[in-house]
Amino acid sequence: MIRKVEIKDHQREMQAFRLRLGLSAGFILFFFFLLLFRFSYLQIIQHEHYKTLAENNRISISPITPNRGVIVDRNGVVLARNYAAYTLEITPGKVKHLRETIKRLSKYVEITASDRKRFKRLLEDSHGFESLPIRSRLSDEEVARFAVNSFRFPGVSIRAKLFRQYPDGALTSPFLGYIGRINDSDLEKIDDSGQTANYRGTDYIGKMGIEQSFEKELHGTTGFDQVEIDSSGREVRVLSRTPPVSGDTIKLTIDSRLQQIAEKAFGDYRGALVAIDPESGGILAFVSKPGFDPNLFVEGIDSQAWQSLNNSPDKPLVNRALRGAYPPGSTFKPFMALAGLQLKARSPTDTIYDPGYFTLPGKTHHYRDWKAGGHGMVDLHKSIVVSCDTYYYGLANILGIDKIHDFISQFGFGKKTGVDIAGELPGVLPSTQWKEKRYKQKWFAGDTVPVGIGQGYDLVTPLQLAFATSILAGNGTAYRPHFVESIVNSKTGRTSKLGSSFLYKVDIDPAYLADVRSAMVDVTKPGGTAPTVGAGASYEIAAKTGTAQVIGIKQGEKYVASRIQERYRDHALFIAYAPADHPKIALAVIVENGGHGGSTAGPIARQVMDYYLLGKEENISLEKTDESHD
Amino acid sequence: MNPTTRRLFKILYGHVDSFLLVCSMILVGVGLAVLFSASDQSLAKLSSQSINILIACIVMWAIANVPPHQLLRFALPLYIVGLLLLFGVALFGEVSNGARRWLHLGFARIQPSELMKIAVPMMLAWYFDRHESMLRFRNYAVAAMILLVPVLLIARQPDLGTAILIASSGFFVLFFAGLDWKIMAGLFVSGLASLPVLWSIMHDYQKQRLLTLLDPEKDPLGAGYHTIQSMIAVGSGGMVGKGWLHGTQAHLDFLPEHTTDFIFAVFSEEFGLLGNIFLLLMYSLVIARGLSIAANAPTLFSRLMAGSITMTFFTYCFVNMGMVSGILPVVGVPLPLISYGGTSMVTVLLGFGILMSIHTHKKLVKT
Repeated sequence: MIRKVEIKDHQREMQAFRLRLGLSAGFILFFFFLLLFRFSYLQIIQHEHYKTLAENNRISISPITPNRGVIVDRNGVVLARNYAAYTLEITPGKVKHLRETIKRLSKYVEITASDRKRFKRLLEDSHGFESLPIRSRLSDEEVARFAVNSFRFPGVSIRAKLFRQYPDGALTSPFLGYIGRINDSDLEKIDDSGQTANYRGTDYIGKMGIEQSFEKELHGTTGFDQVEIDSSGREVRVLSRTPPVSGDTIKLTIDSRLQQIAEKAFGDYRGALVAIDPESGGILAFVSKPGFDPNLFVEGIDSQAWQSLNNSPDKPLVNRALRGAYPPGSTFKPFMALAGLQLKARSPTDTIYDPGYFTLPGKTHHYRDWKAGGHGMVDLHKSIVVSCDTYYYGLANILGIDKIHDFISQFGFGKKTGVDIAGELPGVLPSTQWKEKRYKQKWFAGDTVPVGIGQGYDLVTPLQLAFATSILAGNGTAYRPHFVESIVNSKTGRTSKLGSSFLYKVDIDPAYLADVRSAMVDVTKPGGTAPTVGAGASYEIAAKTGTAQVIGIKQGEKYVASRIQERYRDHALFIAYAPADHPKIALAVIVENGGHGGSTAGPIARQVMDYYLLGKEENISLEKTDESHD
Repeated sequence: MNPTTRRLFKILYGHVDSFLLVCSMILVGVGLAVLFSASDQSLAKLSSQSINILIACIVMWAIANVPPHQLLRFALPLYIVGLLLLFGVALFGEVSNGARRWLHLGFARIQPSELMKIAVPMMLAWYFDRHESMLRFRNYAVAAMILLVPVLLIARQPDLGTAILIASSGFFVLFFAGLDWKIMAGLFVSGLASLPVLWSIMHDYQKQRLLTLLDPEKDPLGAGYHTIQSMIAVGSGGMVGKGWLHGTQAHLDFLPEHTTDFIFAVFSEEFGLLGNIFLLLMYSLVIARGLSIAANAPTLFSRLMAGSITMTFFTYCFVNMGMVSGILPVVGVPLPLISYGGTSMVTVLLGFGILMSIHTHKKLVKT
């Protein structure tokens, strides 16, 4: 009985299934006929129309590349611009014997060995159907000579193009970055942002710095010609034109003259300087020495030049201001002092006795002060003025690492500042959690002690240090450091300021800030660690020196033997803001292997401040003058 | 033929369906010819596609030799692995071309959504097969879940094209399993109602493609470019086409992606309306064979699999040709058996392998 029902069900099911199959067949037939009608419509009824389009006069869409926006400094000085020049380009996919063609070309247009190398490098990264430049900046005579013989060279053409130029070269590369030819990963990003059409005809894209982070504004909108071309591909006439819209002008907060002075002040030293306007967060100078000429990268750098830059022991390709991670050394002390005051670990008048070392209770290990024999009785003011280590070893131990971390991170240590160019490093502000995550190890009390003087696990970038100093200068108000002040729309000519960069106000008693400021002012006075920096200044400078033991900059590779001596010297650090009572500029300087902060980094800071505050351009000697040490 | 060779032949060929094999090999041959033309007579592309075809044929042959009741056993594990991989992609996937589709497994880089093209219909067919005796509404609800989870995961990668194809392959299983007409009507209506919602969650470039479909001239440089150029290619082909190797649209580089998704435009341009009719006919033959295998399949699992594979094959054909001829938006769907590329070749021929298995193991089940 049951069995019978099942069979019946089965048969009914089969019937239902086959009915549905039949319906599907009808469905398919319907849609295939729909396609058939569509094909007939296109291929019979509209055939003549499409035939005309395809055969007699093909419509070609040719893009018109927009002019890239220029970049100017706060005073309107042009830092990145375009110029028109002719280039000789080869489409490798349309040329049969590439090597031979280039050889023949060189009879009409000079092609140097370096041109060939660069072309080879471009060729390796290309797809064969895009045209690649073999020579740029052709002279009028060369253009004429090639034009006469162009029929001999299918697949080779001359194009008038706009080139990017950075008049200040290496000086501005740390923040401007540069543009370069679009590669595969750029293409992905372009597709990603739905900009594929807008980049048809564009060969270059921002690779670093402002050029990269403001690519969208700088690029502009591509226009296009609808042109008729004949069967051999020659243009017959333009049917319609949509003009391109140039990229916007980007105005920076950078003062290019200040940048120049700062860069020159370094002399032959390596290092970095970042100067910030503490009232807005605008970056005034941003130096990384040595630098490299960004103009080399625009047309694609040849491999030899690349090798020499990349293998140089001076590491010119490392953006030290943005990505150099250094121990802050004693420049960390003002922030530690504030932590101690605000967290009520020590009052301004509390004194400790410094015998020249610090020991953890129950331990014998000596954490030595830089001054053998110690500083004697030390209170807060003195601890900063003479840069006492023992004071801060003890303070760090009292506070404990996690309290230090939570308070001091308000000054931007251990995290990215959010500056408007890509690639900055976050540095390290250690905590028990951080060590657990990074090393899978417990935090020991002994780890905390050196953190008090900016050694141990502490690492900062010059940008971070300048940002922290600007918060100090601004009485606890944090503004996001930034380069771009405003954007001038190329179409309307209207200037749009970027929104306020106010971030937050650090929770701290103003009286404590005043205590630390007065101590920092005395650092540049006789008895402080940097008296020459303040000597003869018509304004008061609040500053702190620092010295960091060298463990090599983070990206460090191997050292060159003959230079080891110099490269093991300590890094000199210096933070300052001025005028102390109403700060207009806050800065951080790092001189690699510069020894003591007051003697090499300090004078650089002084020159920058003198120019910015007084318009003075005098030279302060970079000779070692301060005998004191921190 | 002596008895030994006959036996060997039977062992090797016993589970291959000649009709499907011949039809698909004709299509594959046409594909190679068009590829040769579309790739500017590149022998490198031709040989690499030949290797793809060879691999796909081996896969087809191997699957054809596995009886359906064995395939059935793979359904659940395959689906679970596929689902885990999809979650893996969502969490750790590698972003390429703005979509998170790939997963690095250390030794290889895989795209789990491809696996799901087979695993989802198989899982659904398995599920219905298990609950064959008493199908209730609840079962359809569970089936809907089985379908929706992977589809949503793929849709948010985002890979709308694949998501739609997998959704439709799953829907075909539900449909053949006897999904109530009323529910389908309800789905249709709610589908229409949810269009505005869908629009709001679509990516800009997807919206652009839809808008472009309505008026390709609006954006001739961007999204409309593909459509305009492929319509010119098809239209200029006329009744008999411009002849093999003589299409101008592809050879003058007007036509984008002319070896992969838009290869049909090259075919249309060179072989004209007659060529298109021939192609539609060949596809119809394959589909008819698939439907007839489904109609005669002995178990519910094999019926559902055969039905779904065939209908999905049809969907691929229609979506691709519709896109090239400008009646559907541009989605990344290759033309089955013709487009250049190994993945789609393997997926399609693997499906045919299952069809062959169902067809040739029928007798075994009946006895």
